[in-house]
Amino acid sequence: MTRPRWEHFAHEADIGVRGIGASKKEAFEQAAIALTGVIVDPQELTAEEVVEVTCEAPDDELLLVDWLNALVYQMATRRLLFGRFEVHIDGQRLHAKAWGEPIDVARHEPAVEVKGATLTSLRVGQEAGGAWVAQCVVDV
Amino acid sequence: MDTSLLTRKSEYEWWVEQAGKMRVPAVLYASAELIHDMDPMVYEQATNVATLPGIVKASYAMPDAHWGYGFPIGGVAAFDPDEGGVISAGGVGFDISCGVRCLHTGLKREEVIPVKAELADALYHKVPAGLGSRGRLHLTDSEMDAMLTGGARWAVERDYGTLEDLERIEEHGCMAGAKPEEVSYHAKERQRDEVGTLGSGNHYLEVQYVAEVHDALTAEAFGLHAGDVVVSIHCGSRGLGHQIGTDFLRKMAVAAGNYGIALPDRELACAPINSPVGQTYLGAMRAAINCALANRQVITHLTREAFARVLPQAQLPLLYDVSHNTCKVEEHVLNGQLRKLFVHRKGATRAFGPGHPDLPPALRPTGQPVLIGGSMGTASYVLVGTAEGEARSFGSSCHGAGRSMSRHQALKQWRGRDLVEKLAAEGILIRSPSMRGVAEEAPAAYKDVCAVVDAADAAGLSRKVVQLKPLACIKG
Repeated sequence: MTRPRWEHFAHEADIGVRGIGASKKEAFEQAAIALTGVIVDPQELTAEEVVEVTCEAPDDELLLVDWLNALVYQMATRRLLFGRFEVHIDGQRLHAKAWGEPIDVARHEPAVEVKGATLTSLRVGQEAGGAWVAQCVVDV
Repeated sequence: MDTSLLTRKSEYEWWVEQAGKMRVPAVLYASAELIHDMDPMVYEQATNVATLPGIVKASYAMPDAHWGYGFPIGGVAAFDPDEGGVISAGGVGFDISCGVRCLHTGLKREEVIPVKAELADALYHKVPAGLGSRGRLHLTDSEMDAMLTGGARWAVERDYGTLEDLERIEEHGCMAGAKPEEVSYHAKERQRDEVGTLGSGNHYLEVQYVAEVHDALTAEAFGLHAGDVVVSIHCGSRGLGHQIGTDFLRKMAVAAGNYGIALPDRELACAPINSPVGQTYLGAMRAAINCALANRQVITHLTREAFARVLPQAQLPLLYDVSHNTCKVEEHVLNGQLRKLFVHRKGATRAFGPGHPDLPPALRPTGQPVLIGGSMGTASYVLVGTAEGEARSFGSSCHGAGRSMSRHQALKQWRGRDLVEKLAAEGILIRSPSMRGVAEEAPAAYKDVCAVVDAADAAGLSRKVVQLKPLACIKG
């Protein structure tokens, strides 16, 4: 069984986010944590507020881009940072909850603002060993 | 990059000869050292851009080119709408109309140094920087649309600056053809509280001095002398531009197939200029250009307020304001024929030569100031556009240093606080809300801007006028 985890990968100007899990939904959840990890340490965040997100796309890859961009939008307009996610994927539709807390610049010292998820190094799929990977580069 | 894939046409000009699906060659301007260190992805991306419908002459890469999104960052490409030419959201970038504005101060370095810390604090206090910061303006729906139509002119009409400022901004501070109605609700929501904010990443506001004069005559014409203090502001269209980039990258990725455009890579997402998606993007992108111009205008006002408190004798007129992430309609001569082209510049600075009709009368004899930002703590440059550059790259030059190391690597290598102390010892004050952000933006994580500018000069894209060095840097 694949242990859910996230990591960043190098892009010359920006940064790549990668979620890995036993299922597609888990990989999407981990990719979202990796997105937060670009800004702050996700483990530092408490679940004070919850936001619900839905999106729909013609394929898995665009669904990942839409999911991460929906979070970028929620972070920007609600001024929240999310540390925990619960994703449900039904065909081409995604429904999710994201828990987080308001940005406190002095305490969080956010490293950088994410402008958007891109189509660069975009991939959603299953590895030979069965693990699901969801990844793309985000512009910062 | 593997140079055996390239034909060296001259010391600073390297070609990927037209082959396969390429409609034109790809031309890279750089020194042998810069080419050697350039990411192989630049080769791939510049070659891919050369396959797009309606591209004319060549797909260009500037000396600071690096791996971007579909288009290389440091990429220039012009398309003819009458030949099925396309427009690409990736060819403009997420931070639409990101650019550099440079202000004179009328002060000498010796006058600023004694109050440098006070000035840095005043600027940091006045100019909101970093993620989560808000501007002092909250825009209603009607004010949002007025800002998106009016650009810097909108800001000046609300007393954020003077009419003289507008003359020294591309498009005279107001991009025509903006269509606020084509800008999504989400994009407007992201911008509501963000006018007059610096943002984060490589964006900054820097107090600098003229460290070296390379071309005394042009420097004099620009009003720049050794030891003069200037302020450079590097930022873009904030959340609104980012969201428009996001919206249209997605729309174009889906639309390209419908228009029968075979993309070598999905991220090259584009649409014909003369298509509903292309036209909608143009209207929205032009609104984002106005957003960036308004943003830099409001920041200019805040900068003037900070100076008024610390150095009340200072006057801060504009040297110039130039964007490096745009698509603009321009007239260029091709094979003796005047053609109207859509010129994409992604991480490339417009560099019009002497006599260009779009320049204000005061700058027409010299050519356009080309403002090149360095990384935190390193040099920046003012260059000037050349007639030669017009022929070489549709009047375009480099835009900055470009990273040489990923954020991840930089974070492993440096601590923000150490860097701040080290730079302070060198006489450069850093003010930033995030020490991790400072570490990720470490000067050594960027390429040597001097090598990039030297190559741009030697390749004839633009000519060096002065070198600027920092005294204080406000970092998002």
